Amino acid sequence: MAEDLRIGVFVCDCGSNIAGYLDCPDIAEYAKTLPHVVYVKENLYTCSEAGINEIKAAIKEENLNRVVVASCTPRTHEPLFRESCAEAGLNPYLFEMVNIRDQCSWVHMQEQEKGNLKAKDLIRMGVAKAALLEPQEPIQSEMDPKALVIGGGISGMTAALGLANRGFQVFLVEKAPELGGLLRHLHKVGPSYVNADDLVASQATKVEKHENINLLTSTTVKAMEGYIGHYKVTVSSNGVEQQFGVGVIVVATGAKVLKPEGFYGYDGKRVITQFELEELFRTESFKAEHVVMIQCVGARDEERKYCSRICCMTAIKNSIAIKEQNPEATVHILYRDIQAYGVENEALLQRSKQMGVRYIKYDQQRPPEVQENIVKVYHHLLGRDLELPQDLVVLSTPLIAGEDNQSLSKLLRVTLDANKFFLEAHVKLKPLDFATDGIYLCGNAHYPASVREAISQALGAASRASIPLAKGVMTVQPIVSVLANEDACRGCGLCVALCPYGALEIVRTDKGRKVRVISVACKGCGVCAATCYQHALDINSFTDQQVEEQIKAFLSG
Amino acid sequence: MVIGGGIAGIQSSLDLAEMGIQVHLVEKLPCIGGKMAQLDKTFPTNDCAI
Repeated sequence: MAEDLRIGVFVCDCGSNIAGYLDCPDIAEYAKTLPHVVYVKENLYTCSEAGINEIKAAIKEENLNRVVVASCTPRTHEPLFRESCAEAGLNPYLFEMVNIRDQCSWVHMQEQEKGNLKAKDLIRMGVAKAALLEPQEPIQSEMDPKALVIGGGISGMTAALGLANRGFQVFLVEKAPELGGLLRHLHKVGPSYVNADDLVASQATKVEKHENINLLTSTTVKAMEGYIGHYKVTVSSNGVEQQFGVGVIVVATGAKVLKPEGFYGYDGKRVITQFELEELFRTESFKAEHVVMIQCVGARDEERKYCSRICCMTAIKNSIAIKEQNPEATVHILYRDIQAYGVENEALLQRSKQMGVRYIKYDQQRPPEVQENIVKVYHHLLGRDLELPQDLVVLSTPLIAGEDNQSLSKLLRVTLDANKFFLEAHVKLKPLDFATDGIYLCGNAHYPASVREAISQALGAASRASIPLAKGVMTVQPIVSVLANEDACRGCGLCVALCPYGALEIVRTDKGRKVRVISVACKGCGVCAATCYQHALDINSFTDQQVEEQIKAFLSG
Repeated sequence: MVIGGGIAGIQSSLDLAEMGIQVHLVEKLPCIGGKMAQLDKTFPTNDCAI
């Protein structure tokens, strides 16, 4: 094989991003001196159509059987270059990428000569590795075309209906006896002023009647194993366990309202939360005439640094409701900052002001004081305390992560953020996906959301989840762990315990206990191969041998 | 058919195409990318917008 190697190296200027700091012609000249390199080309932008065409042409005309591109990051551009190789008839896994932008021109702007040397080192290492690359074939796996939706609030119901309407069978699991979640306790939903009960009832009826939805209330998820396409779920309904298989999972477990014990004399009667105010509206027992609302109670402080986002709109909406019921009532909203984004919410804010709701900004360092029949607040413009009459104080408290998030994140092997909300795979590119394939999220489980946002996210999550379901077959990248040396494996299980993706298992074979890689679940992170003291496991395209050759190439410079 | 080849149109087209549906993506300009293609870096991750 070695004598047939024909490696092509493409050095990208990235406009001035790389060439502005490194001597790309010099680097290209250097690449020509490396072993097995038969073709070198410097491109203005290798990722442009012109650059891609040059790669394809060189593969054909120069009979290249390995391609190295020295440019930016593989995180964004490796798929493109691999695909270009494939289009020219070269196995896409005979491609190697070297990052001379992030690792050279960007970080060594101030020391360009050293940056230049480092770029040459990296290219030499890339070429050494490329020489050992093996062709790989994508891994395919069947898909169980069913979905599990966890949580029966507005997000979960909407996601379940979205998937069911597309013809997929859905298991909808809700731990409470009834559907509806937080919405069951609300009065009206802004900015459209729909009755929360009507919204819950109409969605719940559709869910209950839908032939594709298997509704399981008073049910919790007990255990979960498997991977995209083949999740095995164990649920418990009133102590009775049952098991079923699904291909994808949507997490819509919602959040809960912070009960502000110890804040502003909260007692649930004279000092209540917005959530409890909604209950007063629902039962038509709201009677107060002088209401003071305090924003950011238990939010944006040391303990909870985040903004719950929806409480401003809730306060605005409820202040309007009070004024509509009794125009003579006084409503003061004491706030730190107002968040009322979007045309409708901004209009509601203006409307509440026109109706006579008074807004007073308070300083976190000088919070309002709730006293008998008054609230004392320091007015930062007047420079003195104001005494506002009150017969009801309403505290706007944030939504906080559900108490099950921790245990559920462990069951599903998905991550939580600093505030114990579920964390998406990428804040912009994958806002509704988890890093684990086949699991999606929407609504308050992710972060406090309005009903409108929760519904949009649920529809989006259902759409994302339906992609693998519609395909029927999963195709995954073959850069995964392989049991390269079965004899060496002692079945100790250390790698199984450390695998973050549940992609390894111990099986009994004729040769005793051995590890088995579930390739579709593997992400190729390499933890197992690095851990295995027997060197039994390897990662495709990152084998011990390939990495060793890279290190040798580095030291030979 | 998806009308508009900015980030929203591109993502919709990709998701539909991934589901196995034939998509026509229509953009009035010579190239797709819309506003996002004109940005340098995007908040909060500071990814290169292109």
